[in-house]
Amino acid sequence: MTQTRSQSAANISSNGEDHPHDRHPNARRYCMPNMELALTDDIIIKHIEPNSRVIDLGCGDGRLLAKLRDKSHCSVMGIELEEKGVLETISNGVPVIQANLDVGIPEIPSGSFDWAVMSQTLQQVRHPKFALQEMIRIARRMIVAVPNFGFWKVRLQVLWQGRAPVTETLPYSWYNTPNLHLMSISDFRYLTVGQLNCRIIKEIPIINGAAVERAWASNLRAESVVYIIESPMQSVP
Amino acid sequence: MATETTDPFQIPNNSVGFVETQTATLFEPPHPLETQGGSRLGPIQVAYETYGTLSEARDNVIFICHALTGDAHAAGYHENGDRKKPGWWEDFVGPGKGLDTDKYFVVCANVLGGCMGTTGPGALNPETGDHYSLEFPVVTINDIVRVHHELLRYLGIDKVLAVVGGSLGGMQALEWTASYPHDVGAAIVIASAANVSAQSIAFNTVGRRAILADPQFQEGRFYGDQGPRYGLALARMLAHITYLSEASIEMKFGRRLQDTDKLTYNLLKETEFQIESYLHYQGRRFVERFDANSYLYLTKAMDYFNITESYGSLATAWKDSTARFLVASYDTDWLFTTSQSKEIVTALNATGRHVSFIEFKSPYGHDSFLIECDQLAAAVRPFLEQTYASLKQKKTQ
Repeated sequence: MTQTRSQSAANISSNGEDHPHDRHPNARRYCMPNMELALTDDIIIKHIEPNSRVIDLGCGDGRLLAKLRDKSHCSVMGIELEEKGVLETISNGVPVIQANLDVGIPEIPSGSFDWAVMSQTLQQVRHPKFALQEMIRIARRMIVAVPNFGFWKVRLQVLWQGRAPVTETLPYSWYNTPNLHLMSISDFRYLTVGQLNCRIIKEIPIINGAAVERAWASNLRAESVVYIIESPMQSVP
Repeated sequence: MATETTDPFQIPNNSVGFVETQTATLFEPPHPLETQGGSRLGPIQVAYETYGTLSEARDNVIFICHALTGDAHAAGYHENGDRKKPGWWEDFVGPGKGLDTDKYFVVCANVLGGCMGTTGPGALNPETGDHYSLEFPVVTINDIVRVHHELLRYLGIDKVLAVVGGSLGGMQALEWTASYPHDVGAAIVIASAANVSAQSIAFNTVGRRAILADPQFQEGRFYGDQGPRYGLALARMLAHITYLSEASIEMKFGRRLQDTDKLTYNLLKETEFQIESYLHYQGRRFVERFDANSYLYLTKAMDYFNITESYGSLATAWKDSTARFLVASYDTDWLFTTSQSKEIVTALNATGRHVSFIEFKSPYGHDSFLIECDQLAAAVRPFLEQTYASLKQKKTQ
């Protein structure tokens, strides 16, 4: 979760530790997309009913939560690891708790939220399964947005070049990337449904920068995905 | 309310300038303060200072709660005082600073039981004409806060935009929100706790023992004499160590020697290491300004403070509070730890309060909140702005 949503490539290139050769300016290799943030935010806002209680894990500068508060009158809270993000979230008037998802968030009581959101963060935590379990504990439903490792261009790159994919806006190589865990749609289903007994209410693949619900062969075609998920306790009648 | 003048030769531009400590007399007969311990106390003098201008709507008040040995002089300079020594939170309170006196009306008052102008054990008991000494009732954080609440009423202020405090001041801020749940817009609780740890009580105990065991203590009736100077200095030396971190002591002093390059092999030379010399200096300076009896009373108030015990549970303490909370801790503070701050945050979350938490990185241990003022301001300034805007919005709705 070292990467907050507000950070841009400019922030990263100022990191003096990176050797120029570590970055991949030309597009000969396929770049994992940094999901259109506005698009993801829109999808999330569309699916959360007004007046809900929403917590965003890895909230960055708290923009999404501020929108949910102002447009949908939600009561909101953010969790963020980086001090910069925490201060920006406070500046947006959104309550935020500095915490590390890898050690859990015991400060948040069980079942205290209607929605737990995790956008562009799950692939960056050290223990994604544990992070999902924390979400299940604190909220009835979850929205998770992650890149899709099953995308055909990724597969081709691994197959043809035999090298790990890198992203345009997160110009990291495999050894210094914040994206620790990359998964395909099938992988994600296996963990959430198969292992954690959640129900995926909806899968929204992002294809060519647009949300395409009920897309065919989504695991092959989607650059990234937004999942709407129900916690297991709620699935039991 | 404070007299502010400018002195172009002495005063930095971003200071509130010259200020004066004022005194209010409260709880006059027949309305004494009923203390938590069951005593009646009055009249009570309260020393306070104010900075900035009270808005017409009287909605821009920030009350500063000082720590164990602080006073009402939080910012600015005293005209007859030491020009090199501004108020204890000078870097945090002033025009454009963390508590911006261009926007807010800031009040700071000495605590009940203290020795910097507010009634305490060193004051004269009107019934006997003598110093209260140990006849002064045991006071609690709740008593301290009730006196300050009364001070604000005396100043014509019903509601405060924010209560701010570090350490013992943070405890007062927590007590404010629990005692006056509808009168506080925000609480900023820095390097503090909902109750002190057994370890802190242990340190306070040793400090009190040092004072009580000093032959000059004389059952607390030492006014006019030299008093338990050695005991009080020893208490301060011990406490001062707990305000620093291992890293900050190492950084500042290391194993360096004072005034010499060689060990003297003199057992009784007590200022051989720089850290030794520094602690002795701190002890000596403290004795000049602080009353040993006040030290006994205020450390006791600190030890007694326990929100859980007072309100049944941490969560219920704040169930009616409409305040926003900003809780901050420091990673090198081992006296009031991050986990103690998180305990407050967890309780506030349990009742769905608006709470933000941040753990600052600083090498300075518990004292960080007095030193790292820019870091603190980066969180406090936007937090106050947002709170102020939301309260104004609520009022217009």
